Amino acid sequence: MAGKLKIRVDQDKCQGHARCKSLAPELFDLDEFGNAHEVGDGSVPEHLEDKAWLAQSNCPEIAIDVTEE
Amino acid sequence: MSDSASIMPEHPPVTDWVNDFDHTDPTWTENPFPIWEQLRAASPVVHTERFLGCYMPTTYQAVKEIAYDTEHFSSRRVIVRDIRPEITARAPPITSDPPEHKPAKQLLLPPFTPDAMKKLEPRVRAICNELIDEFIADGKCDAAARYTKHVPVRAIAHMLGIPEKDGDHFIKWIHGILELGIKDDNALMEAVREMTGYFAAHLEQRKQNPTDDLISTLMKARDKDGNPLADEHVLGSLRLLLIAGIDTTWSAIGSSLWHLAKTPDDRERLVKEPELMPLAVEELLRAYSPVTMAREVMKETTVSGCPVKSGNMVLLSFPAANRDPAMFTDADKVVIDRKENRHAAFGLGIHRCVGSNLARMEMTVAIEEWLKRIPDFRLDPAGKVTWSEGTVRGPRQLPMLFGKAS
Repeated sequence: MAGKLKIRVDQDKCQGHARCKSLAPELFDLDEFGNAHEVGDGSVPEHLEDKAWLAQSNCPEIAIDVTEE
Repeated sequence: MSDSASIMPEHPPVTDWVNDFDHTDPTWTENPFPIWEQLRAASPVVHTERFLGCYMPTTYQAVKEIAYDTEHFSSRRVIVRDIRPEITARAPPITSDPPEHKPAKQLLLPPFTPDAMKKLEPRVRAICNELIDEFIADGKCDAAARYTKHVPVRAIAHMLGIPEKDGDHFIKWIHGILELGIKDDNALMEAVREMTGYFAAHLEQRKQNPTDDLISTLMKARDKDGNPLADEHVLGSLRLLLIAGIDTTWSAIGSSLWHLAKTPDDRERLVKEPELMPLAVEELLRAYSPVTMAREVMKETTVSGCPVKSGNMVLLSFPAANRDPAMFTDADKVVIDRKENRHAAFGLGIHRCVGSNLARMEMTVAIEEWLKRIPDFRLDPAGKVTWSEGTVRGPRQLPMLFGKAS
């Protein structure tokens, strides 16, 4: 079920620590250099909302925006 | 010239940490945590006249400001030493600043993605078990000498495509560069010379017979104009991978086992709840971050309100940042299942450790395999734990007894 959260990885801030991919592989993907981006349009299914916040709060570069729609 | 000509006089013992800190002082080497607390309480940035003048940011915030500010702080010197000789042996991208940094780093990133590490993982698991086979029947071992040291040596050798048995050379060179080299330029230059000669021979071999290892990948790489990298660039990056890839992870695995040896609650919990391992690895990285980097101040500026002047070095202590109570609750405690953990063990900003995914995989596998084979262990009271000095901190002697304490 679609939830109310949306995630976005700021490409200027991401340095490829890959913490988000490790904690929430359903929501984040890595490019060939290991830098992260959100899967699809960044919509977070309701059952993955905790994981979205967990990824956000473990990013050392504070590169993940989580917004409530 | 005699061997001792370039060795600086011994450093006098520190009596005033706030105004005269020294990260090579035996007190710091043994237990730096109370010192960092004292420095942090004094100022977000402290200074010493040692090392020809050096600052140290003591808070997470101040460390972050410097790591993000490549305009005022250069990476051309990444080790704080007694001397600052002319720069000869570069190791791109760690010693690079913008704009040269990004293209040099992008060459190294694809071989170190998490997916690439998954392919290497079975070999690392096998390496761990081969090592454990050699000592488990003894009921005891020096875990630093017999285990933690060899895991990253063999893994990086495997990746580079060089013989795993050459590991003893690597360890000697790294000791010369990262520890002896702080005070002894001859030891550093000798190690760099031997290492460069070693890799140059491997480059020549591959010019005749290309292989599919990381050395050949670097040799095949092209810059943005389509030209191959100069041999000197390839050799510099190889030096970096070897120096940065070994005693760092050796230290991280060693500190982790040291913590688990003296903390039965955490050890038993990880044995019972192996799914906690990813969080535990991050927390051990935070609490016992091995790597302290350096910058050189290029232009006068301020950091967290403190003035810093050019001509000084900066001891960029990610380990101290990771113990800052303003950033982490219970910063001085290991919380083995810590949920929020923006630790900076692999740096912050553009110089994020290129091998972070490799280090995490090696740590995870080395701790998992150890706990599977040796779930009960403790420090051997008859032995002594010793720690490396300077840039990378971890146990260099780690005597362990296996089995439950009687």
